[in-house]
Amino acid sequence: MFESVFSGSRNYWLWILFLLAVISAGVASYAHQFDYGLGATGMGRDISWGLYIAQFTFLVGVAASAVMLVLPYYLHDYKAFGKIVILGEWLAVASVSMCLLFVMADMGKPSRVLNILLHPTPGSILFWDVIVLNGYLVLNLIGGWVVLEAEKARVPPPGWIKPLIYLSIPWAVSIHTVTAFLYAGLPGRHLWLTAILAPRFLASAFAAGPSLLILLSFLLKRVAGFDAGREAISKLTTIVVYAGLVNFFFVGMEFFTAYYSGIPGHQHSLHYLFFGLDGKGALVPFMWISLVLGLGGVIALLFPGNRTNDRVLQLSCLALFISLWLDKGIGLVIGGFIPSPLEHVTEYQATGTEITITLGIFATGALILTLLFKMALAVKQRTN
Amino acid sequence: MIDKARRKLIARLGAAILFGLGSAPALDALLGRAVRASTPKGPGNGGIRRGMVINLAKCTEGCTKCLEACHTEHNVPAFDNPKDEIKWIWKDGYHNVFPGQAHALAPQSIQGRDIPTLCNHCENPPCVRVCPTKATFKRPDGIVAMDFHRCIGCRFCMAGCPYGSRSFNWRDPRPFIKTVNKHYPTREKGVVEKCSFCASRVDRGLGPACVEACVSGALVFGNLNDPSSEIRRVMADNLTMQRKPELGTNPSVYYIFQGGDV
Amino acid sequence: MHDKKIVLPGLALFLALATLPFWAPSGNAGTPPESVVKPGTESCVEPVEVMRARHMQLLNEWRDSAVRDLNREYVSSTGKKFNISLTNTCLDCHSNKSEFCDRCHDYAGARPRCWGCHITPEDHQ
Ligand code: HEC
Ligand code: HEC
Ligand code: HEC
Repeated sequence: MFESVFSGSRNYWLWILFLLAVISAGVASYAHQFDYGLGATGMGRDISWGLYIAQFTFLVGVAASAVMLVLPYYLHDYKAFGKIVILGEWLAVASVSMCLLFVMADMGKPSRVLNILLHPTPGSILFWDVIVLNGYLVLNLIGGWVVLEAEKARVPPPGWIKPLIYLSIPWAVSIHTVTAFLYAGLPGRHLWLTAILAPRFLASAFAAGPSLLILLSFLLKRVAGFDAGREAISKLTTIVVYAGLVNFFFVGMEFFTAYYSGIPGHQHSLHYLFFGLDGKGALVPFMWISLVLGLGGVIALLFPGNRTNDRVLQLSCLALFISLWLDKGIGLVIGGFIPSPLEHVTEYQATGTEITITLGIFATGALILTLLFKMALAVKQRTN
Repeated sequence: MIDKARRKLIARLGAAILFGLGSAPALDALLGRAVRASTPKGPGNGGIRRGMVINLAKCTEGCTKCLEACHTEHNVPAFDNPKDEIKWIWKDGYHNVFPGQAHALAPQSIQGRDIPTLCNHCENPPCVRVCPTKATFKRPDGIVAMDFHRCIGCRFCMAGCPYGSRSFNWRDPRPFIKTVNKHYPTREKGVVEKCSFCASRVDRGLGPACVEACVSGALVFGNLNDPSSEIRRVMADNLTMQRKPELGTNPSVYYIFQGGDV
Repeated sequence: MHDKKIVLPGLALFLALATLPFWAPSGNAGTPPESVVKPGTESCVEPVEVMRARHMQLLNEWRDSAVRDLNREYVSSTGKKFNISLTNTCLDCHSNKSEFCDRCHDYAGARPRCWGCHITPEDHQ
């Protein structure tokens, strides 16, 4: 199965080469960060997590969204997803891989990371996050691989794989819930200290992940002649719309609680993000762009006519995806640190080193995804 | 048939809910904290719980003796870039140290003044709760300590601390240490650090460096569990305040705003 | 599964590389270079043979005792008391770290990472 990644068109190799170039730049930047310390990033005493942990958080969501294909297909026997369920699983594999790389890139002493397992601390949410993320990676890798292998051999998948796939369903929910608990259990960080953080994470994940899958499906049609099927796309779109609506409903609830209760601590971070605080508001434009793109995308997709128009569908999904990325991959994590516990407003400015490392990790994820998709399509297109 | 099944389901749900309610105290016991609505937070019972009182009536505005003593004792580097800053004990404004409690009608002498602040060595420390390696832990004497050998630099504790008391070594601190004290190791890039209540001195029978350096007697260190200790006497004679008491961390550092006769 | 040919050796290579630090030979324990001690001291914390073989474990015990167990005094097997400190006890007698610890470690292929934090007499000069 794996050999299929070694044969491809000119464009395929150019794409791989491009990714390798970006990865190399990332590795070089990481070497600098490793040598100098995390001071090479925009993080500091007040904003002690930045781009890396924000990407990590966002990507856990993308990974979890595989469940939106796995659940209907395996639990409800929804046949239309048969062709693309593997794409969802592979997307999860690539996303979790990126998550783990982002965590490593963020670590002050990466050489000591095994301490998490050598001194297991069940009271720490990070301990559980490491466990559930690695577990999810393995589950999806095995689930995807074995089913694809069977499909290639034109035999039904072995029976033992079913329980693993079923297990991956609650497991997907768990990875994003546990990731939300990283934040939601911290006293004194009001933006995060909210009981709906995990539901909100899940809603935004189930909107962002399937949006990306729709976009990837269109892309695969263009570059590889793979057709996901009208019905699958349309069902995914329905999921995107509902999850997107729920997400913005949750965001609205956060605003209501903070502003109607009038408790300053609850308002500060939101205020910083959307209106600026103490005259500082570097993220304000991003948050409004996020809101406009996101609401625009969801509202556009509410109209049935738009859902069947490929162009509009693509644009809406793209808008929603960018929106949710801005919201979670930037606003949520950085905004949570502003103001500081001593109510100083320090702003965050990512450095070139940090951005290059981030791009390098994204390129690694894209490479993993490309190779996995290549394998999957080789099987699908032969058996068709 | 359906009815029977439904009844069974309801019974099961009921049992589950009962179990859930019943397990709330079990959960408290598991987490080691009892939840009560209006019992005042006191010191723990028995054993030692080290704490500090900062008497602002005696603390001299603009004086930095305690900060210097601490930072020299522990080889804390001095960075010029606030982003890289490492602080064990420092001074900040009234509205910054006591956000939520501070108000604009407080005495003028308080409004504009600087107030020493450091790790609170909480009885219920969030940083300890979130640390994935037990690199930060609570000692039996109440000091929230760091094991620099174990810290992986994930900075979860920094996100967890509601007092901003933790610093990270964003880069090699050594070139920024003015005078090296060979009685305490430095740190290196990649680990978190904070005030240790001078654990290494306390264990050798000395008091904290900041308390020793304070000439005005504004800092009192002692055992909060011992009613006859100096710190408890000071606390009995003056109203003391903790930072962000609503978070349930129960800080071991207390502040006196108006001095009585101590 | 005719890609076994590629996958399995690839996997084996990856595992081999990933675990390299655990099995790669890190020097040998033949005759070490001569030790250097501050003149006038005749014995170590524990007997020399014990120290040679177990000083890493002893240092770990010291570390945990001081940092985690609130005990900063070590009582040796002969009943002598020592202040637990890498810098101020070990390196007080073995004041020439590079000639003593480092030379032997270089020879043995061990690379303890303590000196980024623990101060050595050399740092003072
Ligand atoms: C990240 C910095 C750091 C590194 C690296 C480090 N230590 Fe330490 N170590 C400390 C600090 C700080 C203390 C003091 C803690 C205290 O006194 O409460 C300490 C304390 C100790 C102590 C007990 C008291 C003392 O001052 O000596 C021992 C023993 C020790 N370390 C051994 C080691 C050994 C062996 C290594 C290398 C394998 C090592 N440490 C690496 C920071 C470090
Ligand atoms: C009181 C002085 C003293 C102190 C303190 C001391 N040593 Fe030693 N150490 C010695 C002497 C003397 C020898 C023996 C040298 C010889 O026989 O060549 C020795 C031998 C050793 C050896 C064996 C060297 C060899 O040639 O095999 C090691 C390893 C060692 N010490 C490590 C340590 C460590 C680690 C510490 C701190 C825990 C320490 N020493 C503390 C005096 C001291
Ligand atoms: C006689 C040779 C010798 C001398 C002298 C010596 N060491 Fe070692 N040391 C070793 C060897 C060999 C190892 C590696 C053991 C292993 O890998 O299992 C080691 C390992 C260590 C380790 C653990 C390294 C790790 O990665 O866990 C520490 C810490 C250490 N030595 C400290 C010291 C200190 C401090 C001194 C000087 C006071 C010293 N040693 C002197 C031979 C020596």
